[in-house]
Amino acid sequence: MEHISNEPSLQVRVASMTLRNPVMTASGTFGYGEEYADFVDLGHLGGIVVKGTTGSRREGNAYPRMAETPSGMLNAVGLQNVGVEAFCSEVYDRIKHFDTNVVVNVSGSTLEEYCQVAARIDALSAIPAIELNISCPNVKQGGMTFGTRPEMAAEVVAAVRSVFSRTLIVKLTPNVTNVVEIAQAVEEAGADSVSLINTLLGMAIDVERRRPMLSTITGGLSGPCVKPVAVRMVWQVAHAVKIPVIGLGGISTAADALEFLMAGARAVQVGTANFVDPTVSVRIVDGLADYCRRHHIADINDIVGIV
Amino acid sequence: MKKQMTDFRVVAREDYLPNFFVLTLQGGEPLDEVRPGQFVEVAVPDCREVMLRRPISVHDVDVEAGTLSLLVQVVGRGTERLSQVAVGSTLNVIWSLGRGFSVAGERVLLVGGGTGVAPLLYLAKCYAARGVRPTLLLGGRTSGLIPTLSRYEPWGRLCVATDDGSLGERGLVTEHSCFAEPYDHICACGPTPMMKAVARSARQRGIDCEVSLENMMACGLGACLCCVAATDEGHKCVCREGPVFDIKHLNQWMNE
Ligand SMILES: Cc1cc2nc3c(=O)[nH]c(=O)nc-3n(C[C@H](O)[C@H](O)[C@H](O)COP(=O)(O)OP(=O)(O)OC[C@H]3O[C@@H](n4cnc5c(N)ncnc54)[C@H](O)[C@@H]3O)c2cc1C
Ligand SMILES: Cc1cc2nc3c(=O)[nH]c(=O)nc-3n(C[C@H](O)[C@H](O)[C@H](O)COP(=O)(O)O)c2cc1C
Ligand code: FES
Repeated sequence: MEHISNEPSLQVRVASMTLRNPVMTASGTFGYGEEYADFVDLGHLGGIVVKGTTGSRREGNAYPRMAETPSGMLNAVGLQNVGVEAFCSEVYDRIKHFDTNVVVNVSGSTLEEYCQVAARIDALSAIPAIELNISCPNVKQGGMTFGTRPEMAAEVVAAVRSVFSRTLIVKLTPNVTNVVEIAQAVEEAGADSVSLINTLLGMAIDVERRRPMLSTITGGLSGPCVKPVAVRMVWQVAHAVKIPVIGLGGISTAADALEFLMAGARAVQVGTANFVDPTVSVRIVDGLADYCRRHHIADINDIVGIV
Repeated sequence: MKKQMTDFRVVAREDYLPNFFVLTLQGGEPLDEVRPGQFVEVAVPDCREVMLRRPISVHDVDVEAGTLSLLVQVVGRGTERLSQVAVGSTLNVIWSLGRGFSVAGERVLLVGGGTGVAPLLYLAKCYAARGVRPTLLLGGRTSGLIPTLSRYEPWGRLCVATDDGSLGERGLVTEHSCFAEPYDHICACGPTPMMKAVARSARQRGIDCEVSLENMMACGLGACLCCVAATDEGHKCVCREGPVFDIKHLNQWMNE
């Protein structure tokens, strides 16, 4: 009798956070998860990263905030969110029972604001990790400036490290000449993991109206068009740091996710693709399992960084 | 109502010159919970330039036949491609999204401009189901830009305003003689300047008024926060908290 092969194991670990599979959803593209409840069983995902949360409520940038570009989109949302207090008192109660890792994306304009938000989230026991967003291109101060200079990145990470006890993921911007030195600086400063990439700074012009498409003139580019840039950066960083890397940027199929895993990512996040197909994250999970079966891979960790 | 993603079959396509068309879709799902003023997000098939779905209003629903119609104007790449879909092919649609019209009032005026007339057909039918016969005031630059007029005729008193006077009264919808009549409820959908003019007049006359905003969207589900309108209570998602808003919350928008 032929032996029936076991289901492949998709479980991965990112520092002290265990994920049932490597697929998470990216901050700012999946709301608080609730918005996708009709389409996705969150229990099938490795985790979700909720909206960027700041010290106080933010209205974000003026409309228009979005423009479609070839195989991608520009956004200039500008961290619109309810603020950390409302997150803790209202949103948290609604999402803390989700059967997946709920990671909070922490944003800010000053070092103090990052620490304030991180310290509040530290008190929420159902949040296993924060993702420190030192890479948002859509806010005037802070945001990306912290993520473009190794000393500043290290300083904010060290400060947040001292107030946050669980898994600290630091999200890196691709808008730098040398992403490796930033990754190494935040590793040194106490980050448990890095995620990359955030959006690429871009711009589009409406030639009929002779003006920029976005109210902020420039914005963040995401979607399939950024994927090769993201894979390259993940590959570079994965070779240069010891902490686990989370890869994202343009993932919309299981094959895309596999590129990131092979480049050295322990887990991946799906962003813009959720807008096109709200079920895509679960389809990618299924696709990974299918790939492992076809290639007789017992444990998905076996292909991480094989390239 | 639960949001769904469904492969609908295109059962009919009617073209209206110069650049409008109506698609009638059948998906095998019950449509009785679809509200007038809601919209759907259509995936544009086989079109490499278009990644994001396109938001299109519910034009008509036939609950018994299980069909949903969309009235679309070709304005760019996505709508151009949609105008070419063959009868019998499938369209992947997320439906039905957003908050529709309240269908309130007894003396009701429905104002539409350009493709803004699209949601008013099913809205008028829903008023009819309540025993209310609304005044339907449809406007456009020229008669050809008010498509599918005859479809509206059975469902209300039809009034037309065109900029060039080629049909109905010459001028803007707010200049039409029927606009000044007494109403207790107005619904408007169309170009922003038109909706603002209608809303300001309603505010001044103390008439309840709802407008349907058409902001650019990425997700349609309230997740990306790309589609916001500046309401008196701050930025609100047009896709989830709209597209229909009571003008009581849009004073700032009206004043802009
Ligand atoms: C809630 C809602 C309901 C809508 N209902 C209808 C409807 O019933 N029938 C219909 O024909 N259209 C409707 N629209 C508008 C429709 O979504 C756009 O015309 C369409 O997305 C344009 O796609 P495209 O690829 O053809 O144009 P693109 O090539 O993307 O753009 C071409 C031009 O259209 C403009 N445009 C793009 N998106 C929008 C938009 N959302 N609103 C206004 N202008 C836009 C662009 O600024 C550009 O100038 C609705 C929009 C919303 C938000
Ligand atoms: C509309 C939108 C909003 C976003 N908001 C955030 C955010 O609040 N915090 C953050 O760290 N990244 C944010 N991002 C970046 C994404 O999380 C992701 O890094 C980027 O889009 C690349 O992945 P993708 O190509 O799969 O979308 C946002 C992206 C988009 C498109
Ligand atoms: S379109 Fe994404 S929130 Fe409205």
